[in-house]
Amino acid sequence: MVCSLRTSPRIFFILFVCALWSGMPSRVSGQSGSPKPTATPVTRDAGLAAWQQVYSVLTHPRCINCHTATNYPEQGDDRHRHLFNVVRGPEGKGVPGLNCATCHQGANADRAGVPGAYNWHLAPLSMKWQDPEAKILSSAQVCQSLTDRTKNHNFDGPAILKHHQDEPLVLWAFQPGQRRDGSARSLPPLTHDEFVAATRTWVEAGTPCPQNP
Amino acid sequence: MAATTKIADNLHLSRRSFLRVSATAAGGLFVSLYLDFPLAAQEGGQSKPKVYPPDAFVHIKPDGKIVIQVNRLEFGQGVQTALPMLLADEMDADWSQVVAELAPAADVYKDPLFGIQMVGGSGSIAHSYQQYRELGAKTRAMLVAVAAEKWNVPASQCRTEASVVHGPGGQSAKYGDLADAAAHLPVPETVTLKSAADFRLVGKKIRRLDSPPKCDGSQKFGLDLDLPGMRVALVAHPPVFGASPKSVDDKAARSTSGVVDVFEIPTVSKGTAVAVVAEKFWTAKQARDRLRIDWDLSTVDRADSSQLQKQYKELAATPGNVALTRGDEKALDAIAASNHLVAEYEFPYLAHTPMEPLNTTVRFDGDRAEVWAGSQFQTVDQAAMAQVLGLKPDQITFHTEMAGGGFGRRATPDSHVQREAAAIARRLQGTPVKLVWSREDDVQGGYYRPMHTHRVEIGIGADGMPLAWHHVIVGQSLVAGTPFAAMLIKNGVDETAVEGVVDTHYGIPNFHVSAHHPTVNVPVLWWRSVGHTHTAFVMETLVDELAMRAQMDPIAYRRKLLNPDATKVRGALDLMEKESAAWRSSLPQGHAAGISCHESFGTGVGCAVDVSIENNRPRIHRATLAVDCGVAVNPLTVESQFQAGACFAVSQLMAKGAITLKDGYVEQSNFDGYTPPYMVDAPVTVDVHIVSSTEKPSGCGEPPVPVLSPAVANALSRLTSKRYRTLPLVTL
Amino acid sequence: METYKLTVNGQPKQVTVDPDTPLLWVLREDLKMTGTKYGCGIAACGACTVHLGGIATRSCVVPVSLVRGRSIVTIEGIGEDHVGRAVQNAWVAQDVVQCGYCQSGQIMSAVALLKSTPKPTDTNIEESMGGNICRCGTYVRIREAIKAAALQLK
Repeated sequence: MVCSLRTSPRIFFILFVCALWSGMPSRVSGQSGSPKPTATPVTRDAGLAAWQQVYSVLTHPRCINCHTATNYPEQGDDRHRHLFNVVRGPEGKGVPGLNCATCHQGANADRAGVPGAYNWHLAPLSMKWQDPEAKILSSAQVCQSLTDRTKNHNFDGPAILKHHQDEPLVLWAFQPGQRRDGSARSLPPLTHDEFVAATRTWVEAGTPCPQNP
Repeated sequence: MAATTKIADNLHLSRRSFLRVSATAAGGLFVSLYLDFPLAAQEGGQSKPKVYPPDAFVHIKPDGKIVIQVNRLEFGQGVQTALPMLLADEMDADWSQVVAELAPAADVYKDPLFGIQMVGGSGSIAHSYQQYRELGAKTRAMLVAVAAEKWNVPASQCRTEASVVHGPGGQSAKYGDLADAAAHLPVPETVTLKSAADFRLVGKKIRRLDSPPKCDGSQKFGLDLDLPGMRVALVAHPPVFGASPKSVDDKAARSTSGVVDVFEIPTVSKGTAVAVVAEKFWTAKQARDRLRIDWDLSTVDRADSSQLQKQYKELAATPGNVALTRGDEKALDAIAASNHLVAEYEFPYLAHTPMEPLNTTVRFDGDRAEVWAGSQFQTVDQAAMAQVLGLKPDQITFHTEMAGGGFGRRATPDSHVQREAAAIARRLQGTPVKLVWSREDDVQGGYYRPMHTHRVEIGIGADGMPLAWHHVIVGQSLVAGTPFAAMLIKNGVDETAVEGVVDTHYGIPNFHVSAHHPTVNVPVLWWRSVGHTHTAFVMETLVDELAMRAQMDPIAYRRKLLNPDATKVRGALDLMEKESAAWRSSLPQGHAAGISCHESFGTGVGCAVDVSIENNRPRIHRATLAVDCGVAVNPLTVESQFQAGACFAVSQLMAKGAITLKDGYVEQSNFDGYTPPYMVDAPVTVDVHIVSSTEKPSGCGEPPVPVLSPAVANALSRLTSKRYRTLPLVTL
Repeated sequence: METYKLTVNGQPKQVTVDPDTPLLWVLREDLKMTGTKYGCGIAACGACTVHLGGIATRSCVVPVSLVRGRSIVTIEGIGEDHVGRAVQNAWVAQDVVQCGYCQSGQIMSAVALLKSTPKPTDTNIEESMGGNICRCGTYVRIREAIKAAALQLK
């Protein structure tokens, strides 16, 4: 941005604002509190690459099975409709008599093959990452959802990072326990640490989203 | 012969009895059964009516409680209420004082017609109607006799009501006070029964006696039994039927804390299995999971559903053993090909999966044994266990436990579960052992309703009615190799595979039915309504298709095709038509009505369903059922049986309602893979209408089942214009 | 083996069992309370339903180690609750049961529904009861009994 160097109080004010403006990232603001100085600023390309890594985790069955567009969750690596007629319920926690908590406890019950974590429930419909026919949404679409403050619990970048770092249901995806036959449930393509790191990179880049294909 | 005589004596049988005991070629001992009636014809003339001693059936306590023994297993059908109603009514007992118990195995509790203690063939009320009425009437007569003697009045001048005898001069005496004296009187040989007009209970809607304990957790089922020092056993069965272990590594199992023993036991299929005995179920289950068994599969046939399908299709294209032939076999050829309808139907293996998993508790004491089992076949099971334990049957006290469902699964000619339990108890002499089959054992353990293929070719007359009908049925024989074979297999045809077709009430002039019974290494068993489970589906969907082709109303078509003497089916059809007319003529958009009618086990049923398609599944909004079962002893029981039976019948339509085998292994293991109907799958509402009748009662246990699935398929056909000839319904 | 203190129907209990033991089997075999039933062991049928911390819970898949002090109410104790009593009475009045084996679980699920939704619609009933299997098929009468109980509780 070319700023005029002419001096008059009004123009000086404009210059001052310009100077501030050019120093800020273009989208969602950075970390809470004063931004950590990074050795080199994260480029948009690096952010998009990091996003793809994040997307690969979000769309893995351990995550996407509860981010449905329907009245029910999914189960298994084949993401079939959750058995036994469980339904979403008004708050994503099932219905009285058939709550998520009717079976899912605060930790994995490996002998029974039932996964568990604190406050087991469905993500809200605003955070669906597939369509009603279980087709996974595109990278651009999922990124849009995640960064849309009207849909994502008003999370900014740092809040998203914290969610990925600390939310028990997210942590569960990386320690999902055993199936009834003793086999381990499949894991997302990144470890939790890698997932958090990729999220951080993406957030530092200003949570860029790929263009719609 | 000598051996036969001795055994007959031990089983308290007379030589002229219609129960015959014989040794099988394999050296086993089975009670063979004569399933024939009437009894008199069997013995070539007038037979002495069997006298049932009332004191084995009724115990009147001094406080007035009346304990009635029920000679049948109660497993949901309501017999524990309906049979006591018959007795209590004739006895003029105070119903509020009646307590019903399930009788243990004993000669006196055998089914009067079949000669063994059993539940099956929807025969409980039908066969014991007269018996229980007579017991009640005789008991009343004896009580009146005591009172009359005491008051020095003629018995004919006394009347009875609500457990009280009233004398002509105002005297009264309670049954509880008369019971002791009455017990010393001889039992009258004949007695007069009430006329229907005098019934106080029979014909009324009386609530079930066993309801309250089943609603507060206090009802004990077989699985709930707990005895001091009892152990629990689970058995690792071969994953392919009939196999035996090559090697068993039981180290981890044995070292599980709480495990008592691990050992091999024989199974009825000549293979062996491995029993794990522990202090508790959970321990036994964990230990069993830790067994490492290498099974020898080299000597057993490995049944495979897709192979069987191909094989059955080929067989169905060829004529089998003749089950029925009527009219001119060439008539079909004389009809132009354009007027032929050819249809092939396929049905899968079905598991019963009663809610209470199979279980039996046994304590063997060397010269005696005590058994607790929710058995549909007490006499047969008792004899089988006696054989395993080296006892005589009457050395076994066999308690009948309340059972959580059966549907035929608890009536096994080979008593395989009881034999396992006996073998384990024998090893643990002196200790009661409860054998439990887990749900996985149950789903994978065989004894299924067999797979079937039908091939039908119909030659249609100018009036749209079938002129010629050739029908080939393929499927395993249920009774081959069992004591029932002699009676039920004629000319190489197992009657249970063709019932519902050969005995159809449709007037088909040129009718030819034959059957193939391939031998397959999968144990099979009767599943609620037996042959009718598949035959009714075929008949009722074909008749419906013919009606559509003839552009006739499906009810009118059936009425035209039914024989004039098909009174029960016609009556039921008429009543169903009347009771469903209003809703059938006002169906919303996207709904269709489906019709069916069928007679089984002596009961005629008409059915209409209101169906739409939701989420690619049939949604049954309503079913109207009309039934002619003769006298309805307890109309509430009949209503329940038909409402619930209709819901049960949806089993056959469920997308995951099939047991399949791949290379010898059963592919399903629990309700996740083999899924019975949940509430959402079942009809929302079912209204039941009983044809008014004074005929003797016929069955209500099985008749609700055959009509439902064809009615739904018929409704679907109207919605989609497709024909549904393969069950279960996976895609619509 | 671990020792667990449990509160069952208001009563304190103590058991020493393997931590993985499902609550179902602790109830049935260690506490001799057989009203809660084993139907499948994989939470598919609901016969094992109890109330755990006030929530209808399938005890066959909850290891006793995860109970963590939450109160347990079983079919044997649900009659102490006025909603429980109304449901049991409705079940008897409407002659719901056939074999009865599933009904402990059905009742516990129905009570959970009515405690939170006193005037359930047909959809509420179907959703809340939709995971309970009755092999005999008493669904039609279960629906009616729930509606009857709701009327009683008005």
